[in-house]
Amino acid sequence: MIREINLVSGGGKFGGNFVPETLKKPIEDLEILFNKLKKDKNFISERDKYFKNWVGTPTRFIKLENLSKYVGGAQIWSKVVSDANGGAHKIYNATVHCLLAKRAGKKIICGDTGAGYAGKMLSMAAKKFGLKCKIFMGAKDIDRQQPNVKAMKKNGAEVIPVYSGSQTLVDAVSECMRFWVANCDTTAMCVGSTVGPAIFVRICGWSTSQISRELKIQLLDEFGSIPKKLKLYNCVGGGSSSFGFWNEFMDYDKKQCEFIGVEAGGPAKSKKHAAPLTYGSKIGILHGAAQYVNQNSEGQIEETESISAGLDYPGISPLHCFLKDTKRARYTAASDEEALEAFKLVTKFEKLRPSLEPSHAFSVAIKESKKLNKDTIVVVNSCGDAYKDRSILRKRLGKKYVKSN
Amino acid sequence: MLNPISAAFKRAKKENRPALLTYTVAGDSTKKQSLEILKSISKNADILELGVPHNTPVADGSQIQTSAYRAIKNGIRTIDIFNIVKDFKKFNKTKPVILMGYYNMIFQYGENKFLKECKISGVNGLIVVDLPWPENSKFAKKCKKKSIYFIQLLSPTTTNKRLNKIIKYSHQMNYFISMLSTTGGKLKVSPKEILKNYKKIKRINPKKEVVIGFGITEKTIGKLKSADGLVVGSAICKEITRSLKSGQNPVTNVGSLVNKLKNKIK
Repeated sequence: MIREINLVSGGGKFGGNFVPETLKKPIEDLEILFNKLKKDKNFISERDKYFKNWVGTPTRFIKLENLSKYVGGAQIWSKVVSDANGGAHKIYNATVHCLLAKRAGKKIICGDTGAGYAGKMLSMAAKKFGLKCKIFMGAKDIDRQQPNVKAMKKNGAEVIPVYSGSQTLVDAVSECMRFWVANCDTTAMCVGSTVGPAIFVRICGWSTSQISRELKIQLLDEFGSIPKKLKLYNCVGGGSSSFGFWNEFMDYDKKQCEFIGVEAGGPAKSKKHAAPLTYGSKIGILHGAAQYVNQNSEGQIEETESISAGLDYPGISPLHCFLKDTKRARYTAASDEEALEAFKLVTKFEKLRPSLEPSHAFSVAIKESKKLNKDTIVVVNSCGDAYKDRSILRKRLGKKYVKSN
Repeated sequence: MLNPISAAFKRAKKENRPALLTYTVAGDSTKKQSLEILKSISKNADILELGVPHNTPVADGSQIQTSAYRAIKNGIRTIDIFNIVKDFKKFNKTKPVILMGYYNMIFQYGENKFLKECKISGVNGLIVVDLPWPENSKFAKKCKKKSIYFIQLLSPTTTNKRLNKIIKYSHQMNYFISMLSTTGGKLKVSPKEILKNYKKIKRINPKKEVVIGFGITEKTIGKLKSADGLVVGSAICKEITRSLKSGQNPVTNVGSLVNKLKNKIK
């Protein structure tokens, strides 16, 4: 696969293994294990069994009739990935990492989280597979994503607040890596997105690709063939849900199947953002991988700002850097305000409550659908549920937009 | 000419003791103060490691993070670090200086430009925490061309096969990380165990110098003195933080801490 070749360390422009010496061996061990198991039929069927019976597959593929009518352009559909157990796509990666940790004989698993979904899912999977779980989370995110923090604790995970730097996802990932440096003999690490050293990008992408495997079948069932004009919209933070949403369609011509990644543009009036691809950030090294990353001219990583904790990351998966450079995917950004507007529209017309992350994707999808006709099938990955965002929604939009789940 | 790093090891050996290496962060707490600290500790330290502060340091514990954030907050830039080294070398021409940091800082400055500035300012060696072998082979060669030692890191998790290869390609000095930890962790393995690993590394090529670092403090340094060199970093950064908090002068306090460290290994 072209995208795997480019991740081999030292080869391509992006990715690699910029890690402290101590992590070389555990990373190599994980590479050997994963390379073996991804070809192992028993392991694949074990994964599929848990995906089917525990995660719940397939997640729904539905037409948003009312929203389409209101927009009056393209047909707008949604892949409701938030149907998955736990309410977001992070469950796929968490499940696979726990299966790998079991095979490696590890007793503890540690992970990072921003919006809290990666942490919540890892805590669920760890509980399911009998592993002790430690979750690193920025203090600012702990404050704004309480429902997920409560869920993690309920699942028996230890939530470790990170007070360094901007106290968000970037610092949580750093602290989690530090913990792994000190405990890699007993502990497995799960990086929560398609970021980090190459092996973690690969495992995560392999796991979330479940989304596009399902969608392909669902499209064939619905339309008899892959539509002639298909547009797949997905929010992009680290890039795990979008990569999984697109992977099976990678070899289609982009004129037939276009990928649109929507980054977090931050508050409309702020210069800060979490959109390195849209705003032309330079290549740098962050968390073990070369990627486009928000940084100053010296190489210090810059603070980001976004209403959505799950997209609030200064870097971006090396996979997306590659897709941008090869022009296979197109990237743009939506502001905090635009995401909130989109949330209002979607919830007004449909029985769907996308979290603030996919609301960014809905914003651009709705805008662009207006200029298209009915032949075009627009699909938005609704990769998370808004329950976790209730305190932000209450504050920004008022009580009537908050529902108790 | 012998690289001043090698000369420093030679001198220490003559005195029948390990070389004492210190680590402080450039610009902590200010540019001027970090230069004064270097001057003050150079009386007792054999080799000075100077940290290039980075705001996402994945291998550093809280003490060095605190120092790095403080330096960045006070406006340190990469060019200032070279100026600090230049000014220090005016004060003490022969004392070796090693820059230690993360690859993104070098990458953004430009590898060649960075090495040119190293040469002009008098930097004698480089440690790049997140550029392991073999990813560092090209850059290490560039360093060698400029007679700057590229110092390879070795860890308890480094396999024997890897150890042999790294040491074969390494320059004159290597750095053994004592235990599985970020910098400044509590020493969780016995000095005996650390020295056992150290000796294993030494046997591969006894001519190459190996220093031990991570978790070394006033309390533990004496037990490791059979090594070629010992690095103390977090304990010094901690002393700077403590001094600043209590309104004392970090320059004199750190100076006397390093003096104490030296006495423990004599």
